[in-house]
Amino acid sequence: MRVLLRNPRRELELDGPRRVDALLASLDLDREAHLVIRNGTLVPGDAQLDPDDVVEIRPVISGG
Amino acid sequence: MVATGSKCRTCKAPAIIDLPRHNAKFCAEHFQELCRRQVAKAIEHWKMIEPGDRILVAVSGGKDSLAVWDLLHELGHAADGLYIGLGIGDYSDTSAVYARDFATARGLKLIEVSLREEYGYDIPTAARATRRVPCSSCGLSKRHLFDKAALDGGYDVVVTGHNLDDEAAVLFGNTLRWDIEYLARQLPVLPARDGLPRKVKPLVRLSERETAAWCVVRGIDYMVEECPMAEGNRHLAYKAALNAVERDSPGTKAAFYLNFVERMVPLLADVRAETVASVGTCSRCGSPTTGEVCAFCRLVDKASAHERVPVELIARRHR
Repeated sequence: MRVLLRNPRRELELDGPRRVDALLASLDLDREAHLVIRNGTLVPGDAQLDPDDVVEIRPVISGG
Repeated sequence: MVATGSKCRTCKAPAIIDLPRHNAKFCAEHFQELCRRQVAKAIEHWKMIEPGDRILVAVSGGKDSLAVWDLLHELGHAADGLYIGLGIGDYSDTSAVYARDFATARGLKLIEVSLREEYGYDIPTAARATRRVPCSSCGLSKRHLFDKAALDGGYDVVVTGHNLDDEAAVLFGNTLRWDIEYLARQLPVLPARDGLPRKVKPLVRLSERETAAWCVVRGIDYMVEECPMAEGNRHLAYKAALNAVERDSPGTKAAFYLNFVERMVPLLADVRAETVASVGTCSRCGSPTTGEVCAFCRLVDKASAHERVPVELIARRHR
């Protein structure tokens, strides 16, 4: 699956399937601080991501 | 696509978000209902908006300010927006586009103020001129210009997009320092006084993750990238610390902030009254100040006289 990360913007190609919470844990990302968007739609932590999915991991924390 | 097992707590449709602090998952429709309910509850409980109020929303182009503007309209509160051009390079230019696009798409009025054009400085230059962190002159400039725009435009109330995480992080910092004067003023509503507008924070019952999710489900494009000058600031460190606690104990951030407001703020009423009584007015612009000239006028003097500083120079220093 293609995974887009932000701040800084970068892309990863990962194998699948994977659960959303497992994906975040494997990247050492806090669930409270990120949203996961699959093919344009939000998904919860127990959703399964498939190899052909396009996934965005969007940070939600702002410092201003 | 493999279907998920999680269902919306309300209607059993597939869930799009899990909210551990509510011990629940929601579909898009019922997540929006939850957000509307939380914001309506904040507005009503703390009497943020009175019938007939003219409302000005401070709009940055980020998720919180666009979410609060959208939610106000959803709840029937017509509001205009105010965007302040802070001069933080491409970050400010792109943020302005998000704010303008949001307003244009919905037929809303967006007032724009440029620090550089109207006051002769920008935030990177102010940071260098004052030798302080950029967030300091940024916050000071925004607070002053929100008040001024509200006064000039005849608005009764200024709405900001501060969310639960913002307020919990500020509370955490103030508590670590036992800064009683700041603690006494950390309210979801600051009443109008001396001709200044009421300041209200309708998102204090929603977490940062929830305001971002609101924007995603509503199709609101916003500035996802972080301000290049905020990187590494203390506020972000406090948020990370609170999120570490929240992970193991969902609901902690809400209890920390909301119980502070209900239980501690009343005990600080005397401190608040003393602080208000000690405030006079700036001899130059009439803003509240404890000195003869307010901090904003002093900032303008210093920053506008300084050679222009590119954002890259300051952003690098703070990494």
